[in-house]
Amino acid sequence: MYNGGKIFIGLIIFVGLLILPFYLSMGKAIAKPDPKVDTPVIKQMAVKQCVESKDFMKTAHMQMLNDWRDSVVREGNRLYTAADGKSYDMSLQNTCMKCHSNKKQFCDECHNFVAVKPYCWDCHLMPKEGA
Amino acid sequence: MGLGLSLTAVIALILLVFAGVKGANLHLLFGAVIPYAAFIIFTIGVIYRVVKWGRSPVPFRIPTTGGQENSFPWIKQNKFDNPSTTSGVIVRMLLEVFAFRSLFRLTKSELKDGKLVHGSDKWLWLAGLAFHWCFLIILIRHLRFFTQNVPFVIQLFEALDAFFQVGVPLLYLTDIFLVGAVTYLFLRRVVFPQVKYISLAADYFPLLLILSIAVTGILMRYFIRVDIVGVKQLTMGLVTFSPVASESIGVIFYIHVFLVSVLFAYFPFSKLMHMGGVLLSPTRNLANNNRMVRHINPWDYPVHVHTYEEYENDFREKMKKAGIPVEKE
Amino acid sequence: MAKTKIPNPDELGKIDYTPPKKHWMDIPVEIKPDMYCHGAKAKSLKVVDFPNARDWTPAEADWKLPEDWKKIVLEGISERLKKYRTFHVFMDICVRCGACADKCHFFLGSGDPKNMPVLRAELLRSVYRKYFTTGGKIFGKTAGARELTLDVLKEWWYYFYQCTECRRCSLFCPYGIDQAEITIIGRELMNLLGLNIEWIAGPTANCYMKGNHLGLEPHTIKSTIDFFVNDIEDITGVKVEPTFNRKGAEILFITPSGDLFADPGIYTAMGYLMLFHELGLDYTWSTYASEGGNFGFFTSNEMAKRLHSKIYAEAKRLGVKWILGGECGHMWRVWHQYHNTWFGPMDFLEEPVSPITGTKFANAKSTKVVHLVEFTADLIKHGKLKLDPSRNDNLVVTFHDSCNTSRGMGFFEEPRYVIKNVCNHFHEMPDDTIRERTFCCGSGSGLNASENMELRMRGGFPRANAVKFVHEKHGVNMLANICAIDRAALPPLMDYWVPGVRVTGTHELVANALVMKGEKERTVNLRNEPLPEKGGDSDV
Repeated sequence: MYNGGKIFIGLIIFVGLLILPFYLSMGKAIAKPDPKVDTPVIKQMAVKQCVESKDFMKTAHMQMLNDWRDSVVREGNRLYTAADGKSYDMSLQNTCMKCHSNKKQFCDECHNFVAVKPYCWDCHLMPKEGA
Repeated sequence: MGLGLSLTAVIALILLVFAGVKGANLHLLFGAVIPYAAFIIFTIGVIYRVVKWGRSPVPFRIPTTGGQENSFPWIKQNKFDNPSTTSGVIVRMLLEVFAFRSLFRLTKSELKDGKLVHGSDKWLWLAGLAFHWCFLIILIRHLRFFTQNVPFVIQLFEALDAFFQVGVPLLYLTDIFLVGAVTYLFLRRVVFPQVKYISLAADYFPLLLILSIAVTGILMRYFIRVDIVGVKQLTMGLVTFSPVASESIGVIFYIHVFLVSVLFAYFPFSKLMHMGGVLLSPTRNLANNNRMVRHINPWDYPVHVHTYEEYENDFREKMKKAGIPVEKE
Repeated sequence: MAKTKIPNPDELGKIDYTPPKKHWMDIPVEIKPDMYCHGAKAKSLKVVDFPNARDWTPAEADWKLPEDWKKIVLEGISERLKKYRTFHVFMDICVRCGACADKCHFFLGSGDPKNMPVLRAELLRSVYRKYFTTGGKIFGKTAGARELTLDVLKEWWYYFYQCTECRRCSLFCPYGIDQAEITIIGRELMNLLGLNIEWIAGPTANCYMKGNHLGLEPHTIKSTIDFFVNDIEDITGVKVEPTFNRKGAEILFITPSGDLFADPGIYTAMGYLMLFHELGLDYTWSTYASEGGNFGFFTSNEMAKRLHSKIYAEAKRLGVKWILGGECGHMWRVWHQYHNTWFGPMDFLEEPVSPITGTKFANAKSTKVVHLVEFTADLIKHGKLKLDPSRNDNLVVTFHDSCNTSRGMGFFEEPRYVIKNVCNHFHEMPDDTIRERTFCCGSGSGLNASENMELRMRGGFPRANAVKFVHEKHGVNMLANICAIDRAALPPLMDYWVPGVRVTGTHELVANALVMKGEKERTVNLRNEPLPEKGGDSDV
């Protein structure tokens, strides 16, 4: 090797960057997010059913909320008709959070896991928890 | 020729995953085994190539000088385009690597009415720079899938990238710029006759591969949604060496990951090695100080020369007649 | 130039840059007349013990190659991959972005796609892939790889002698890939098979045996310079007294032998003599090391070292303190970037100090070689020269940066400072054609023969075109430079493309302006042309 020192340092940095994620997670158990659906309101429901199916909500709730916001704020339309024909009031606080009143155990659980920071609460009042 | 082949190759790769995951349920293969293999090939391959280059010495110090040399104190040196010190070289290399200094010089020469006209032409520089920076930022952003408590820096990159808060999930600027830049880099190979003429399959393939990676990523984020928690469980499984293959994640994710794996595995065998090569390029990474500091050639050897003695023997009489001093009368 | 029948400028200037439809690998090389130089003669190669010395003709099918030529070339490549990181890295990392394509003067002047630096490199790279990379071995043409065949070899020869190693492409390459380096190695491979051109091999042999490219023997050098001495006396009334091979001189002066030969180089040489005399410099010429240029550099790195070793040996033998180098392009590339590595440490010399101004040439403290233009710029800066620039008032001057001093050194301000102090009328050519972006004269790296005149006119087209611009805009009539090949190559180029512009070395301009002690009233310049009238209209 010629200029071996410099090349070696370069390679060390290269490898260092590559193994950084492995290093940072070393010995750590990976917490599996476990969003809780055991709020009093949900417990009282006869059929535990969200506005749409669980799979749909899991992947598309953010887009639904975004559509709801646009519909309410820009068009003044508050009525949402779900796939199964039921109607809901488009409201984060009065519809979603009525059941999911446990932001910390529900919303944050996954959001924190995947490092997503929704900006819902920039405008909406943060629900008071621990009540 | 190269274009069709590259396109076919990329499409075949996508179909392969589709068949593998949808048809044969090979989630673990595409979600863990192949990514691990690609990662290993990439790491070892890059090191191997760089070490191989490193084993070839730099016999001569031959920087391409791009500005005024170090001269008298009253002549202003261009310290970064023609560095004479190590610190100058470091700045030159930083400018080269992070700002594409050389490409920034780019001109376009055209023949107009029998006259050559040289004009500035920054498009390749702009597209190249946009592409590479976006790629880097996207790579850094993706570390949120590979770290448990995502470090602040990574979150910062993400926040800045989504600064305009358009749509949900937030639109990343780099997604748009990357696709735009790669598309330009691809189109110039198809449209500009000279560039088309020199392009090989090895030029189209990585562009199409990267474009497919970007498109699948964008589809996954904005259109064909996947279970993101499942994705992160899989990716964290990879970095903790406890891979879990989730069947709940859509096939688009496996396509994305497979194409990335192909890119990583292909990297060390391809021109993409310019990433390492640019740092080892002797016309850029050396100081222009040969008259001040001697450069050593490790394989230097003595050569046959025609000595003065032999020369004088050839011409002694003629020299004497002309009154030129000689060693032996 | 007379015997070649090349198209007129209007015709030659119609250049089509559109590449052909066929893939370049499928277009066999066509060795076109007026575009190549004669093959190296047996006697020239024998002098320096080069292999396969025989007389051959490039236009004929049989190149009289050794039986195992393919093996020789492939082993040559393998050896050089291990010796040169440049070569190894440059073979691997090109992304074919095309940034270099329209930077080459040969491409701009010919439109031949194989003159795009990227493609000229691919000529060799394709063979490298086939024999030295896994991808190339498996995927062949798809991976841009091809077999080494006789056609390929001929193509290499044709195009590696259509590159002047000017490095303009390297400036724009995002990875600094230097076609000059690839051409240098390519020519080394050619030389393993005796495939040099005579215009390089002949001067190399001359230089090896006689000390200079022209083959001037010691007494001829002296009589030539005596001839200059007489002319100088006629013009100025001052008798200059140069010395030869003088031991104990403070400075050894080395310049390309081209300065001793033809118009206008000889006026530059006269300029040197007058300046040194005026300063009372304690210097000597050498007949043994009577060549600054180095056609060995266009042959192989080893041959380059063999030729330049004379300079080193002669400085040692004569016991000088340091070396002063005249105006030359590739001589300075070699002196600046190679000489010290070959022959250092130069511990028998002293760090150069100007005996006139006391200036220490700190940037030359290790090799102890100073560029004459640096030396003169320092003199002028310190007011040590009495100059009358009005004697050059008939000239409207522009400056051609030589490729080698530009991109192998960064020598831009020094010559400009000197020229602006000895000439009243100076105009720069357009920015994209000067300094580090300068265009080659089209005849560098040993290609300034006469049989390849079309190639030279094509290669010089971008340079000539820029001169034409200032000729038409500012009335420029004199093209100054600091290179002996420029002085030989640019006059026919100007006559062809920009009639009315002449060529001069910088020290001819200096000497014309130089007011010497005890000189008579000068009426003519060094070319024996009447001096411009004082206060007269300066534009011709």
